[in-house]
Amino acid sequence: MKPSHSWWKDAALSAVLLVAGLLALPNLYGESEALQLSRRDRALFDAASVTEFEGVLNGAKIPFDESFVDDNGRLWIRFSGVSNQLAARDLIQSRYEGQFAIATTFASRAPEWISRLGLEPMSLGLDLRGGIYIVYEVDVEGAVQQLLQRLERDFRKALRDAKVQYEDVTVTGTVTQVRLRDPAQAEAALRALRDYDSTLSIEQGAEAGLLVAQLTPGQIKQRQDFSIQQNITALNNRVNALGVAEPVIQRQGINRIAVQLPGIQDASEVVRLLGKVATLEFRLVDTVNSPLEAQRSGRTPLGSKLYKERSGSPVLLQREVIATGEQLIDASFAPSQGEPAVSVKLDSRGGDEMLRTTRENLGRPMAVVFIEKEREQVERDGQKVVIDRSKEEVISVATIRGVFSNNFQITGLSAAEGTELAKMLRAGALAAPIYIVEQRLIGPSLGRDNIERGFKALLIGMGALFAFMLIYYRVFGIVASAVLIANVILITALLSLFKAALTLPGIAGIVLTVGMAVDANILIYERIREELRNGNSPLASINAGFERAFSAIVDSNVTTLIAGIMLFAFGTGPIKGFAVVLNLGILTSMFTALVGSRAMLHLIYGRRRRVERLSI
Amino acid sequence: MEFFKRTPRIRFLGRRRYWYTVSVLMIVGSFLMVFTHGLNFGIDFTGGVVVEAHFPQAPDLEQLRDSLSNGGLADAEVQSFGTAQDVLVRLPPVEEAAARLVNEQVRAALAAVDAGVAIRRTESVGPRAGRELAEKGATALLMSLLFIAIYVIVRFQWKFSVGAIVAVLHDPIVVVGVFAVTGITFDLSVMAAILAVIGYSLNDTVVVFDRVRERLVQMRKATPTEVMDTAINETLSRTLLTSGSTALVVAALVLFGGEALRPFSLALLIGIVVGTYSSIYVAGALALDLGLSQRDLMPPEKRGEVDTLP
Repeated sequence: MKPSHSWWKDAALSAVLLVAGLLALPNLYGESEALQLSRRDRALFDAASVTEFEGVLNGAKIPFDESFVDDNGRLWIRFSGVSNQLAARDLIQSRYEGQFAIATTFASRAPEWISRLGLEPMSLGLDLRGGIYIVYEVDVEGAVQQLLQRLERDFRKALRDAKVQYEDVTVTGTVTQVRLRDPAQAEAALRALRDYDSTLSIEQGAEAGLLVAQLTPGQIKQRQDFSIQQNITALNNRVNALGVAEPVIQRQGINRIAVQLPGIQDASEVVRLLGKVATLEFRLVDTVNSPLEAQRSGRTPLGSKLYKERSGSPVLLQREVIATGEQLIDASFAPSQGEPAVSVKLDSRGGDEMLRTTRENLGRPMAVVFIEKEREQVERDGQKVVIDRSKEEVISVATIRGVFSNNFQITGLSAAEGTELAKMLRAGALAAPIYIVEQRLIGPSLGRDNIERGFKALLIGMGALFAFMLIYYRVFGIVASAVLIANVILITALLSLFKAALTLPGIAGIVLTVGMAVDANILIYERIREELRNGNSPLASINAGFERAFSAIVDSNVTTLIAGIMLFAFGTGPIKGFAVVLNLGILTSMFTALVGSRAMLHLIYGRRRRVERLSI
Repeated sequence: MEFFKRTPRIRFLGRRRYWYTVSVLMIVGSFLMVFTHGLNFGIDFTGGVVVEAHFPQAPDLEQLRDSLSNGGLADAEVQSFGTAQDVLVRLPPVEEAAARLVNEQVRAALAAVDAGVAIRRTESVGPRAGRELAEKGATALLMSLLFIAIYVIVRFQWKFSVGAIVAVLHDPIVVVGVFAVTGITFDLSVMAAILAVIGYSLNDTVVVFDRVRERLVQMRKATPTEVMDTAINETLSRTLLTSGSTALVVAALVLFGGEALRPFSLALLIGIVVGTYSSIYVAGALALDLGLSQRDLMPPEKRGEVDTLP
């Protein structure tokens, strides 16, 4: 065995196992319930706040294990038991009304030196820690329609500015048509529209005086991507306001967004809050006609639309929209000169329109309309029908006090109203409606049960396997068992390193991998036995066993790896978790069986001068 | 300890007509069951709402059904889940906002029977999302079959390949058949298990074929049937041991892994057993009947220097 083995291989193997052991170590301590607090004013916690909260909890006699401030300035309090955790949450919530976002989560019980080394346990998937998984579908078609409507509006404006007279601007499909009053102006019109947006493809139509603008597939895709990005941003904002620890919001496929909120217990509230589809419109108030008259007669004057304020009183707004939520870049509550104010920022196109409107309408009132869409199921003729219900509400009417463009302030509100308006404006920046297509809620107790059952199955399965290997292969069985344990440590280390979430199918994957890892060992041992039967010397048999089993081991693992990679490519959620574990497990089991097992056997038999027989 | 002190001499292939009949019966039976009974697809595929609830005392399922039906959910299916205290309510797919409503309705209806009920899990999949998940699963299945087939064809002579591929197709069909017979929920995780089984079941086949290839060259005077039998017998101990050890841990998963993992782990277990059978009886037999002979491997394939590891 000497020639095929050298000290540096042993050293490399030991180093790998040592690092793996260290990476896997934090998992050994487990996790317990915790609260994670972050300040709503985005300031950071300091050591003084730790003492303060410890005092508060001690005062209320709520036992806790430790509290500390992490690198991001968030305060953590660790408990044993859900009841203590929830009691503390309620206490802090009532005492510090709305000052903090409080997330129920888990914190590692590992000692400090481990976390100081940057070592963390694997994160648990939603099916193991409880929480909500929601898949939203973004109405990307709606987003494209919005773009076309804006195009129509902007075309009119561009033509007006260029003093080109037109009959009509219409949108059909993804085509915008402009019919000019005077075909001779076609050149001027083309120039004006191309000046407005040089990326559009605008051509002369079949008839004289007809211009046709077409959205390219690239532009449509860009628009769809943008609307999804904007939705992800909006969802992020709303989730942050909820105070969830480790939320995951990511795009899935062409038009989906998957949201994972671990530790959330009140599902319906969250779903309601996240699922609302909101948008905004800035409109001028119609000051000529009486809204009360319009409400009474049920007839709205031409060019106006009847709305209601939050107080319930009617208000007439001009049909023409100055800017919409999609043009809103930012809105924040920013008191100026001691007066509450909401500072609003629009994109340049919205800013242009705002500049023109305010210049022409100084001293007149402007309104912000908040539009919220909700899907509801109603009974109609004994049939359940789903309808989209949209709620349109004027959330603010303010007088235009100066000429402004893309940066302005809305004043004349109370501090609470201002905060609310800023939040609503931000929420209204959604470009396209979203709908839930998949929603899974796992309660925390089920998650806990899942962990317990999964690990129980793992331990029993491994125990039975060890017993069998020991009886069947004796010393070689011990080697195989040690190698199996090393395999589990390696998988754990890799999962911790890659920050891959462990799911219930993932645990099953570990169990399956353990079963399959024995495979490689058995292949080798059966070969060794065969060589022994054929009358070869013990050491020669070991070497031959490893060499001749190699191709079978690789072959058989390649096929499982192919299936595993396909699972990873097409799977979602927990299934992906299974695929990750399966693939990692195949690689680690090949490594441990071929390298680890051999090194151990070398350790046992390789140093002896003569080996009479093998304990196999 | 050894199960086979010396290499057994079982004439597997002499009776292959008998095993063909068994396999054909199993496959035809599976198809029949799938077409007549159908599969009990989970909401992953059909869309729908599932609510898992835990009661302090075992509830009367009839009473729950009545309560749900009174609450406007006449099409709710109620079954116990693992223990008598755990109940699973399943409803056909509903649209988004309605899902929230339905969850509340279910909660209220269950609480009307026993106020101490705790909702442990609610899942809602829209009909379209369900169809897409099913499509993705089917794509994953087809793609892995395709790639595995390519691998086998590159790796082995075509007669071996056909045998291996048919054996690999054989396994998921039988697993699906068992799910149709038993009515166990067929969801995404079962699809994942079947994929894992496809990869795994090929292990055994590949090991047997490896040995056949070796022996075909060595045993020049023997008939192909004898060579095949020798190879299967020589690897039999290994085949049974590896399948047995994997089946052992997966059985632990079936018994102790909880209700949520049961369909998944059962699919694995059945797949491992069927996969072992097909590796022994189907793959080799088919290769033989396709006229496998020593000539197929002449000149002997060159095996490269593979062992570069310690």
